[in-house]
Amino acid sequence: MNAPAPLLSVRNLKVQFALDEGVVRAVEGVSFDVYPGKVFGIVGESGCGKSVAMKAVLRLIEAPGRIVAGEILWRRKPQGGPGSTQEEVVDVTRLDPNGSVMRGLRGAEMALIPQEPMAAFSPVHTIGDQIVEAIRLHQAVSPREGRRLAVELFKSVGMPMPEQRLDAYSWQLSGGLRQRAIIAMALSCNPRLLIADEPTTAVDVTTQAQVLRLLRQLQQERDAAIIFITHDLGVIAQVAHDVLVMYLGLVMEQGPVNAIFHAPKHPYTQALLRSIPTVQSTPREPLPTISGSIPHPFNRPRGCPFHPRCPQSMPGRCDAATPELQAVGPDQSVSCFLYQTAEAKA
Amino acid sequence: MSSPTAAAPPEAELAATAAEERVSVASNWTLVWWRFRKHRLALFCTLLLIGFYLVVLVPDFFATQDPEATDAKQAFIPAQPLHLFNAGQLGLWAPAVAGKRNAITLRMEWQVDETRRIPVGVFVQGEPYKLLGLIETDRHLLGPASGDAKDRLYLLGTDRLGRDQWSRLMFGTRTSMTIGMIAVAFSIVLGVILGGISGYFGGLPDLIIQRLVELLQSLPTIPIWLALTAALPQDWRPEQVFFAITLILSLLGWTTLAREVRGRFLALREEDFVLAAELAGCSRMRIITRHMVPTFMSHIIATSTLAIPVMIINETSLSFLGLGLRPPAISWGVLLQEAQNIQTVALAPWLLVPGLVVIVAVLAFNLVGDGLRDAADPYTH
Amino acid sequence: MLRFIVQRLLLLPVLLFVFSVVVFILIQAPPGDFLDSYLATLASSGSSVDEAQVVALRQQFGLDEPVHIQYLRWMEHILQGNLGLSLEYQRPNIELIGERLVLTVLLALFSFVFTWAVAIPAGIFSATHPHSGVDYIFTVLNYIGVATPNFMLALILMWVAYSALGLSVTGLFSPEFIDAPWGWARFVDLLKHIWLPMIILGVAGTARLTRVMRANLLDEMTKPYVVTARAKGLSEWRLVLKYPVRLALNPLVSTIGWYLPQLFSGSLIVATVMNLPNIGPLLLRALTSQDMYLAGSILFIYCFLTIVGTLISDILLALLDPRIRMEGAKA
Repeated sequence: MNAPAPLLSVRNLKVQFALDEGVVRAVEGVSFDVYPGKVFGIVGESGCGKSVAMKAVLRLIEAPGRIVAGEILWRRKPQGGPGSTQEEVVDVTRLDPNGSVMRGLRGAEMALIPQEPMAAFSPVHTIGDQIVEAIRLHQAVSPREGRRLAVELFKSVGMPMPEQRLDAYSWQLSGGLRQRAIIAMALSCNPRLLIADEPTTAVDVTTQAQVLRLLRQLQQERDAAIIFITHDLGVIAQVAHDVLVMYLGLVMEQGPVNAIFHAPKHPYTQALLRSIPTVQSTPREPLPTISGSIPHPFNRPRGCPFHPRCPQSMPGRCDAATPELQAVGPDQSVSCFLYQTAEAKA
Repeated sequence: MSSPTAAAPPEAELAATAAEERVSVASNWTLVWWRFRKHRLALFCTLLLIGFYLVVLVPDFFATQDPEATDAKQAFIPAQPLHLFNAGQLGLWAPAVAGKRNAITLRMEWQVDETRRIPVGVFVQGEPYKLLGLIETDRHLLGPASGDAKDRLYLLGTDRLGRDQWSRLMFGTRTSMTIGMIAVAFSIVLGVILGGISGYFGGLPDLIIQRLVELLQSLPTIPIWLALTAALPQDWRPEQVFFAITLILSLLGWTTLAREVRGRFLALREEDFVLAAELAGCSRMRIITRHMVPTFMSHIIATSTLAIPVMIINETSLSFLGLGLRPPAISWGVLLQEAQNIQTVALAPWLLVPGLVVIVAVLAFNLVGDGLRDAADPYTH
Repeated sequence: MLRFIVQRLLLLPVLLFVFSVVVFILIQAPPGDFLDSYLATLASSGSSVDEAQVVALRQQFGLDEPVHIQYLRWMEHILQGNLGLSLEYQRPNIELIGERLVLTVLLALFSFVFTWAVAIPAGIFSATHPHSGVDYIFTVLNYIGVATPNFMLALILMWVAYSALGLSVTGLFSPEFIDAPWGWARFVDLLKHIWLPMIILGVAGTARLTRVMRANLLDEMTKPYVVTARAKGLSEWRLVLKYPVRLALNPLVSTIGWYLPQLFSGSLIVATVMNLPNIGPLLLRALTSQDMYLAGSILFIYCFLTIVGTLISDILLALLDPRIRMEGAKA
């Protein structure tokens, strides 16, 4: 089997926010590919630009934010009727964010599972109203048929008493059920890509496990791609096939999940992994943490953004220039001078 | 290889940290001031209000004549606008007016005569008065400088009794601005004390005060004001009426403030720093005055700034209807009573000028209040 | 929901009782009574009334009885729907108030509709185009609208109409319709006159409500549910109108609670300046001549209208917001 074409290709994406106080460079040249049927994990501390990058893919960046450079190539569903297999590639950055083409992509082909299920539903409209709306936006069905589809969706995400739940308001459901309702809404038009933005941060641990199991199961059933954004490496290890590690809008390291977890190259990835408690950790021994804190967005360090907190920082090198992403293995690449020197010498 | 982010020189980095340092150690009031001065319009209006309060302090100095002096022969003289330049040079002057009796209506009709110029001087001698009620003087900011007694200066014209509207406006400003201030001051005292009791202690006092607030807020304000002012004895002296009106305005006006203070207290009671102060053994009084009140003081000031214009509009409306201050007291509302008849206004439109002054003052208070309110929360955003 | 409304309705008589006491204290407060000021007026015009006649009048109106008896008698009459007799006009108060009350309520309702019809679109436009030229113009107009007292606006507009067009824009009817019975022609005539007072009365409120609507909507536009709706592929206008506008309207509905009462009592000033056949000028006249039962009746009506305004806002809010509605059901 030859390698399938990527569903989504992001190339050198840059997003900036022009605020009164200055320009915030939220995403500073990020590239990655997402393949159909795979789970792509993006890890990083809060404020590293991972959510902004995803909003850029959906073209949901609001003023004063702006995509200043890069391409977001999306392979569309076959457009020419049921028998057609002709797939067209569009550059999402060139579309009008509120134009009909982009609106036809959002929800229908790429769907968002937002961060806070509580606030993601309007509190004064029933959940059914909001899900049926999503269905009928992209499929020409009657309200009655739309409702039937919504009940089906609720059943497929394991929502008990689906009929009654459709007439409930979001604040009447428990956190886990709300999460299921949100997932059902994202699935409503059978999208090719699900973007899950920290879907498990707002729920407790047991619900988190259920949601992860559900997402994995749905992904296998429907063969959709998922971009899974989280700051929790443990979650990534459970679900993702490929992982991207971000820090201050830049890609630090990228590779298959096994490589990232078993042979991390970048000092940042290594530090992140060290700060996860494991069964092997010595009891009553403090967990290692990353020294220092994330710099203020207006106050980006010069050179490699991680150098002030990096234990292996090389003065005169890391604080002078930003390293570029370089391949270090079959699918693994890292942006760090430690590996570029080695390569240059070899 | 260098990216644009790497371009910032290290000095800029240091400067940024120094700026952060400055922000983190600045006092609450400094932060409020920093944010407030960003509102250019609010800053300008603050200066305007300072000007108004200068008039409040020494209206006699700004007045050109005795505000009570009537002269039936000088009725309905139009405004003589002040000009800054005379023949291309800096020099104050105002056009003279010429009167002619209309043969049919037998009324004097006045025309501004641009050809005859009355020179206007600054710090001229005029009616003697006591500056701030202490210093005896006869200097006024403006006045006719020709020395000819026939040259009279009516910057804003005269009313039906021939009284100088400019001078009356100065005294009206004193009354109306003071009423707004005092009424809001009463409201603050009532609102902060009752709202504070309600919010800090809760329980029965809270219940009683909240019911009282609700009751007062569900009263139809303007009719009740009218009924209250109508109940004032007709033979009271102007000062008594002034005091009573102020009291009436604030009696119905403290409820909003009380609600706000109560809400703040309720929220603050749960804050960690209050718990910390309690654990440290601070007395209740100390917690309230040293820990809680300073955190929302700036809000109270903003709210009161926004309450003053409401009081001013209310006083003006009451007096305009003839149920507030009554002549011989002079306030903006009393001045506007002269403009009640639309035929009179058509004859002498300058009688509406006090109304414009009301609008400007209210506008200035609102803009300053909004600026303060935005600046009062330096830690949000 | 039903429970919530019943609760409110049960509170109504309590409030009305408290208000009746307040009103009675107010109309009793002026020193002397109507007859004193009536006699004073007569004396100043040179005529006099003999002692026996004064005593008879006093008895007729119950002015010689203790205060609490007077109050009880007043309440008894009001409960029977009898608003008493005007001392000054010697006519039943209900006759004097009747049509004026209808016109008062009508004017307030017209102004209310005007306010919402202008404030909501203006607020939506400002919030969806923040810091645009139109937004700035609206902001400036709003500040001026709030800062201009009603009577000042009325004076300026009347002066402009009088001096520029030679029109006298006072009253609510053309002369030929003032005493005419109600009919289509009279209603049309009313519409021809009511628009100016409607705008004057509504301007300040429109300005404030536009600002409330703009702020609410800007606030709602940043909520996560807006992002969710956008991610569904909803078009911007449909989205704004269905979600954030709908939520921004809730706080606006709660403004009815103070806005309707403010219109009722604010119409007093506009009506006096523009000489409208409204209960406002009647109250003013009654207060100055110490026509206590007429003044009392009108004050009481104002109180009643205020409560009704608040009640309408509470009920509407419960109808609109499922969170409040369900809470009421649970409690």
